[in-house]
Amino acid sequence: MASPPEAAAAGPGALDPSGRPLWHRASYGSEFAWAIAFAVPYAAVFFGFVVYPVAYGLWMARDPSLYRELFVNPLYAQAVINTVLYVGLGVNMQMFLALLLSGFFMRRRWWIKALLPIFILPWALPSIPAFVSFHWMLIGEEGLINSLLSTLFGIRGPIWFNDRPLALGSDIVAYIWKWMPFWTLIFLAGRMAIPSDFYEAADVDGAGSCRRFVHVILPLLGNLYLVCTLLFTLWTIGDFTTVSLISGGAPSYSTDVLATLGIHYAFEAGRPSLGVAVVLSALPVLIPIAIVLIRTLQTRELQL
Amino acid sequence: MARPSVARRSARRLRRSLSEGGSLVLAAALLIWSLTPVYNMLLIALDPDEGDIEFEGVVWPADPSFHSFSTVVTQGYWLVENFWRQFGHSVFIGLMTMALTVLIGSLASFAAGRTRSRPGGLLVHAPLLTYAVPASFLVIPFSRLMASYGLSNSLWSIVAANVAFATPFAILILQQYARLIPIELDEAARVDGASPGQVYRRIYLPLMAPALAAVGTYALLLAWNEYLYQYVLLSSTRNMTVAVAIAQFFNSDEAPWNYMMAMAIIYALPPIVIFYALRRYMAAGLTQGALRG
Repeated sequence: MASPPEAAAAGPGALDPSGRPLWHRASYGSEFAWAIAFAVPYAAVFFGFVVYPVAYGLWMARDPSLYRELFVNPLYAQAVINTVLYVGLGVNMQMFLALLLSGFFMRRRWWIKALLPIFILPWALPSIPAFVSFHWMLIGEEGLINSLLSTLFGIRGPIWFNDRPLALGSDIVAYIWKWMPFWTLIFLAGRMAIPSDFYEAADVDGAGSCRRFVHVILPLLGNLYLVCTLLFTLWTIGDFTTVSLISGGAPSYSTDVLATLGIHYAFEAGRPSLGVAVVLSALPVLIPIAIVLIRTLQTRELQL
Repeated sequence: MARPSVARRSARRLRRSLSEGGSLVLAAALLIWSLTPVYNMLLIALDPDEGDIEFEGVVWPADPSFHSFSTVVTQGYWLVENFWRQFGHSVFIGLMTMALTVLIGSLASFAAGRTRSRPGGLLVHAPLLTYAVPASFLVIPFSRLMASYGLSNSLWSIVAANVAFATPFAILILQQYARLIPIELDEAARVDGASPGQVYRRIYLPLMAPALAAVGTYALLLAWNEYLYQYVLLSSTRNMTVAVAIAQFFNSDEAPWNYMMAMAIIYALPPIVIFYALRRYMAAGLTQGALRG
């Protein structure tokens, strides 16, 4: 073992038997202290504002009778179905469309390049203005969509928020509208990172765009696609803003998802524990997704 | 020999012009899809009549006016009488979230990737567990804890929530980007006697600037987009942010929708300007590290 003075005497470039510079081992203790010091601010945030509230929430919703009450509640059952539809359609349609559109934006045409900044506008727009506008497009007979329908085609448009499938569909479309540009950009970046040799090789072998998609793009972007879909699924299960502002649960709470129902119970009906229990009941789905996500990130390190 | 190749060439030309036409149609559809809600905002905001959302069969309001914008800017109506105050709150939350996310995220990513005794992987991946907790679940216990800390109705509680949600992603992005910076630079500085703190300040921060800008913009946009925590935690009109104030119009019976839309447009402008100004920068910061991982 080289003691610090010896290490210094051996010169800065000297290596110990394991190939590390000697100064490294000499300063190991203080190095560790530095690492801790750098990590402390985040650890404080993580424990103070994530771990502790989560533990507190689990404690709030510890009473099994809350769950018995939920499982016989028809509003809860409906919210579960809505959440499955909202997440299943809203996430998967969106990711797949984004993957396809990212290919479209790879084309070298000036008007496609000019379209990109406009296409990402929904993402740049804050959610409140965006969804308020979306809501107003659909409301009543005066909204933009229904007045366009009647002016252009002479059709009386439906009352969008009086019908559960239409209202839930509006929520999903608004959600796709808001976030699809973001995922398109992510996949676009992924495609750009694929060396052009791959495309050229596929071209030389006479692969059409479909076969190129299946044999070049999918294998190379598959991992990125998986990670993004899992992450987005987690976000979507907790999404409150979209449903709250677009349909607001109308008609009569039938389009509420778990997030909006939970907030409704906690802050409007004055039953915080029941509210926590509503959202907590998604935990059996959330935890496996989170585990798969973190394992994928750990093993492949987001390699594109 | 010649004929099949001519046929193939003309088939290819046909296919190419078909796909060109298809691209144009798709581009037009995307243009309409992206812009319709934005156009709708302008349509309502430019309408001079309060409470009127009629389209009246024209593509442009018959009598467009900036009356609603001037009412909002001069706070000339009771629902918008605290507009600038509320706007200041939104700015405060956005800037604080940005600054703290960049600071805390860069410190943690430095600890994870650049110090020799690495809590490494753990410090990058454990924070991602935050995303397994739906924001709408966390907000209920969070609001009770904030009340017990004496922070209910305080802007700092919103900042705390935003930082908690923005930092895990920031750490991931920063740590990926940091791999582009050769560790030999750090080692050379260490050999010259620099402490890890100096390496962080003199080498890490300057070289990470593009990624820091990207992460800061991300945090700012996250704060500007956030609604749930502001809605739950900031209930009094004087402490409200613009996002909550806009949604308040829904609860009012005689709400002037043109004022609401004008407010929404003004609120949407700063992030859009920042976004487009920093777009190139941001794309580079967000992708380079990840793509060369």
